[in-house]
Amino acid sequence: MTGRASITSDPGVGAPSGDGREPAVRIVELTKEFSGGVRALGGLTFDVPRGELTSIIGPSGCGKTTTLKIVGGLIDATSGSVEVDGVPVTGPGPDRAFVFQDFALMPWATVLRNVAFGLELRGVDRKEREETARAYVDKVGLAGFEDSYPHQLSGGMRQRVGLARALAVDADILLMDEPFASVDEQIRRQFQEDLLRLLSEESKTVIFVTHSIEEAVYVSDQVVILTRGPSSVSKVVRPGIDRGAGSDDIRRDPAYLDWVEQIWHELRDYLER
Amino acid sequence: MAASAGIRVGRTASRRAAARLSSPWLLRGASILFVLGLWEWAGRIPVNVAFPSCTETLAALGEMLVDGTLAEAYAETAGPLIVGVLLTAVGGVFAGVVMGLSPRAEWLGLPVFIVLQASPSAAIIPLITFVYGIGFTAKVFAVVLLSAPVIVLNSYRGIANTPRSLVEMSNAFLASRWQRIWKVVIPAGSGLIFAGLRLGLAQGFTGAVLAELIITPTGVGDLITFYRSSAEYAQMFAVILSIILVASISVTLLQNLERRLFRPELRAL
Repeated sequence: MTGRASITSDPGVGAPSGDGREPAVRIVELTKEFSGGVRALGGLTFDVPRGELTSIIGPSGCGKTTTLKIVGGLIDATSGSVEVDGVPVTGPGPDRAFVFQDFALMPWATVLRNVAFGLELRGVDRKEREETARAYVDKVGLAGFEDSYPHQLSGGMRQRVGLARALAVDADILLMDEPFASVDEQIRRQFQEDLLRLLSEESKTVIFVTHSIEEAVYVSDQVVILTRGPSSVSKVVRPGIDRGAGSDDIRRDPAYLDWVEQIWHELRDYLER
Repeated sequence: MAASAGIRVGRTASRRAAARLSSPWLLRGASILFVLGLWEWAGRIPVNVAFPSCTETLAALGEMLVDGTLAEAYAETAGPLIVGVLLTAVGGVFAGVVMGLSPRAEWLGLPVFIVLQASPSAAIIPLITFVYGIGFTAKVFAVVLLSAPVIVLNSYRGIANTPRSLVEMSNAFLASRWQRIWKVVIPAGSGLIFAGLRLGLAQGFTGAVLAELIITPTGVGDLITFYRSSAEYAQMFAVILSIILVASISVTLLQNLERRLFRPELRAL
């Protein structure tokens, strides 16, 4: 295995990222304590390389979503820092767009208005934002559903709306909180492939929270494995699966299966402890 | 589980018959006919000399419609009712929204409206006359007194229970405070707000008639008092029946207006 050599067991600051450039997001000694004294994060440190997809994976309740929401500026950290392009995060910003696990679509608005909502809030005029929204509705494969309402769509289609909304604001960083968790397995695979295709066209930096090891290995350039809460980074691995091979071949590729197995072992240690 | 399976089988077997049976209009019509039938039967026994049968009441209703008695009475009642309901609709929704948005306003206002909702309004209405006399203002106040709690409390609940994920979404996409309130919080609460307005309108009818019965006999309340004192019970019940009809029709109209203007997603069902 060539991949195994690239495991960094010390994911400290300055760990070599994808191509040695400044990371898009740098997370240093991040902690979060909720009111009531529940300590969710116990000092996370890792870098998110620019233009790559980084997954955060770990046992349930380990603070994956909390981490993502701190990066998104939706909740405050107790201590530590998150820097986006070298600038500390103090709140939500136009450089980051969020895809929510429960879709968070407005039931009273059409697909088109939901997709254009980020632009609407920024004061982009109607004609222009609807034009942009139409293009992204088309890109995520929902052409023809512009005037439908969320309740008329399946779970998978609703999340496509959520993805289009995040892409439409043209942020550099996409924060995806278990985007496929509420989507059934067949649709999930199709969706993963579509996501990879879209990302290859858009050159975004993505932080992707998931509880599925297969999904993490399949979609990620880098996987951050968290320990159980109060969590810290257990390992950062770079599977480096060659995605040119086509999805069915990848899922049978021994390297892919080996990575899935390795991450599972890493996680199982924390489950049994 | 078994019940739902049974329904499914029934549907495939005789979908058309089932659809016809479960048609809301047919069911509604049947239940109305059933109640009217019971009424007719009870009136013919008779249960009480003061209890007219359905047909007598309907005849009296027709008569009063034709000779203009009802129209005249409603023209008089409509004044305080419309003014009161409009005042409460605007003020009540506003108060409820503010209470839903601001913890301080909630602390200050919520107990007042909960107490008002639980208080016996009919007992409070006579007190209004000490302050506002027996004129138009007093009647408007009675309408407001009855319709305000339900409108305020529903609006408050609609705003206070905005789905967290939508608030989080609006933050993530950089909504300002006002954008969040206008574009997310109020639309998300509009279902409950409108439910409050419908209930408030129905309460407003009660308030208007109560005021006319308790404060000064005018309009519809006067008709009821008059026919009761002259023992024309069919006429008296006809007036009461007309109130029920007018109130339900206005509430239904309000619901249709809401759907037409504010809820495009329900039309697409």
